Amino acid sequence: MAGGVRRWLAVSWSVLRRVGSTIANSWRRRLQFRVVASTLLLGLLVVVLLGAYLYRAIGSSLENDRIRASQSEAQSLTTTAQANFDSAVATDVNSLYSVAQTLVQGQLVPPGADQTRYVILTRAIDNTSTAVLGTMGSPGVSSDVVTDSIRRAVSADPTRQQTQIVQFHDPQTDSDVPAVVVGSQVQVPIVGAYDLFFIFPMRAETATLQHISRSFSVGGLILVLLVGAIAWVVARQVVVPVRRASAVAERLAAGNLNERMPARGHDELALLAKSFNAMADSLQTQIHQLEGLSRVQQRFVSDVSHELRTPLTTIRMAADLIFDAREQFGAGVARSAELLHTELDRFEDLLADLLEISRFDAGAAALDTDPTDLAVLARKVVDGAASLAEVRGSKVTVTVEKSDRSTIAEVDPRRVERILRNLVVNAIEHGEGRRVTVTLAGNDDAVAVVVADRGVGLRPGEASLVFNRFWRADPARTRTTGGTGLGLAISLEDARLHDGWLQAWGEPGVGARFRLTVPKRVGEPIGVSPFRSVRRVPSEWRRDGAGSRPASSARCPVRRSRAGWPRDDAPSRPRRCRGRRRRGRRGLQRARDVVPGPAGARRQRCEHRAPAVRAARPAARRGARGHHPGLPAGRHGE
Amino acid sequence: MKGSVLIIDDDLALAEMLGIVLRNEGLEVSHVADGTHAMSTFRAVRPDLVLLDIMLPGMDGIEICRRIRAESGVPIVMLTARTDTHDIVVGLESGADDYVVKPFKPQELIARLRARLRRGDEPEAERLEIGDLVIDVAGHSVKRDGVGLSLTPLEFDLLVALARKPHQVFSREVLLEQVWGYRHAGDTRLVNVHVQRLRSKVERDPEHPEVVVTVRGVGYKAGPS
Repeated sequence: MAGGVRRWLAVSWSVLRRVGSTIANSWRRRLQFRVVASTLLLGLLVVVLLGAYLYRAIGSSLENDRIRASQSEAQSLTTTAQANFDSAVATDVNSLYSVAQTLVQGQLVPPGADQTRYVILTRAIDNTSTAVLGTMGSPGVSSDVVTDSIRRAVSADPTRQQTQIVQFHDPQTDSDVPAVVVGSQVQVPIVGAYDLFFIFPMRAETATLQHISRSFSVGGLILVLLVGAIAWVVARQVVVPVRRASAVAERLAAGNLNERMPARGHDELALLAKSFNAMADSLQTQIHQLEGLSRVQQRFVSDVSHELRTPLTTIRMAADLIFDAREQFGAGVARSAELLHTELDRFEDLLADLLEISRFDAGAAALDTDPTDLAVLARKVVDGAASLAEVRGSKVTVTVEKSDRSTIAEVDPRRVERILRNLVVNAIEHGEGRRVTVTLAGNDDAVAVVVADRGVGLRPGEASLVFNRFWRADPARTRTTGGTGLGLAISLEDARLHDGWLQAWGEPGVGARFRLTVPKRVGEPIGVSPFRSVRRVPSEWRRDGAGSRPASSARCPVRRSRAGWPRDDAPSRPRRCRGRRRRGRRGLQRARDVVPGPAGARRQRCEHRAPAVRAARPAARRGARGHHPGLPAGRHGE
Repeated sequence: MKGSVLIIDDDLALAEMLGIVLRNEGLEVSHVADGTHAMSTFRAVRPDLVLLDIMLPGMDGIEICRRIRAESGVPIVMLTARTDTHDIVVGLESGADDYVVKPFKPQELIARLRARLRRGDEPEAERLEIGDLVIDVAGHSVKRDGVGLSLTPLEFDLLVALARKPHQVFSREVLLEQVWGYRHAGDTRLVNVHVQRLRSKVERDPEHPEVVVTVRGVGYKAGPS
């Protein structure tokens, strides 16, 4: 039983809460609801106040009239009674009783069935006479109706009428009605002072008031509803165009640049529509101009690329020929041939990376996704980097954590492989011959890869700079490897193209770690990365008493919003298509604030070209064929 | 390596350099710089392989490719400075067997050319069956019910590679290595395009292939014989 009640309470509480939250939600989010609701509430308040005032005024006026009428009626009846008693010839109480009885029943009580008044004749409260006449009055009326207070008032001032309003049980209608009680004293022979009370039930007044209150309620309700309906209509006139404007703005934001608002009439809303359309026109023009510029830029890059590539191919072949035959030359020429050979590699790497990054900048990079096991990719990359690892003395391991969760994601395998190769090669090069670990894990919606080294690490603030183009950790450090300085920048762009995250942490002397997180399904946001606590560097890594600061400056370069999204990627894309996706204007815009770190960081890049510490490795080591010539990377030609 | 190569390229320096490199490999090299003369030179030289630049004055590489393919199954390797997906797919669909993106390493180019010219080596007499097809490797012929099917050398190589190990599933990477001579991972679409072309010739119903069967997520294998 109690359980049932509790369950019922719980259910009704939850229903109440749901209704409450729906209302609160509508209140917050819908202007029209707010307008109508507040109009209804205020209207109701006004109607209630006004109704109450009128009701009271009418009520008291009716009551006063009734009291006045009652008093004059009672006055004349009292005078009649007094005259009767005065002229009565009675010698004893019994004969007096019959006189009184005749008086009360014959004259004071109204004749007929309609009892408009009731009478009570009772001994005055301060009457001490020994002779008692007894109380008499209208049949069916108890003397309890007459309160002591009015009786005392009558006795205290016998010359005047006393009036009181009481709740009275009317025997005629058998219901409670308010009634006017008018009392005054009469002098009765032998028995002394007696009080004569007349009770006038206010039947008609009560009925009138009830009628008035019913009319007020119904009228007020209708009025309030009418006002609410008017408010609804009026609010609608404003809200509908606003909603339409909002829908148009949304479609415009989604890239439908031809979307315009209908502008009819000359009112404020038409003005809004006109201004909006003017803004849309201006935006469209500017976007078209930018697109035109972008096309010109792409065309230029494409042409430059083509023009450069053909002679470069010739030079490449000539250099290889000379390089193969270098033993036939003198020492100087032979060394020159070697330098020519290696620098051509670098030149090719640089050209390819520049083209790749310009493709990102132009928003021409496209995803070509395929369900891919990142663990397989990681092993392939590590195998490919084995010779470099051997030269550096680093041991590279690949482990899959939470091996029950799949590490298969819908990614562009070529791009992810390029990211992983960049990270692994980078870790080996800066790992100072120590162990490099590649760890993978998957959860429901994402797969993450962490590449960690135990090398020079990153100084505070550097973690946000590593993704900058041509950034050099330490300009004074001798450049030992042939990175282009664009590898990590390209990797970051590749990660973004997947709606993924690429983040760096590090501490000087402890090491650096890079985490790549990609969504398992194209277009679905990442909730949390399978590796959450990457910032914490395990203690066994520390050496040389290096500080264990959580490296506040070594924060995730892609700042995250509360929802866990990198802020600049957080807004939901209005239109998603599966598989191949072009980065359109948003890409163009985003490319401008792509580089994490202080504004204009790209321009502040180091001018010293020689040394490189944590500079990015080439996105594509031509030796390892990172950017395979056979792999078209973007949509536009080069 | 033996054989003759026709270079169709308007860049004289590159063509000359290619000539030097290829001659070093023992190949005979001829050259035409203009698209309009490409076909007549091709008919005069009858090369074992064509190295074709896509961007040419006169007639563009894609059109030349199409015309050569219309009259010959000679291996065609495209040279391109564009990595545009569309261009490459169009090139492959117009009949090119392979493509090399500039700038390339000479060794890579030679490896590909070698893969395409391999048939010059004497193949062993070998008879393979795949589906209801009978392949005579030495005779370079494929017959269904005694009727010969006309395949380009590349398509033939692809079919033979699959037919030699009828139960093995070949990943696209493995096929790239075996048939195209790629040393490193390459463009797997190359495989897709040529499998489609092969199917259009050897399958009774290319929509429901029985000879070259797709193994989802892995690659291709020969159908049951």
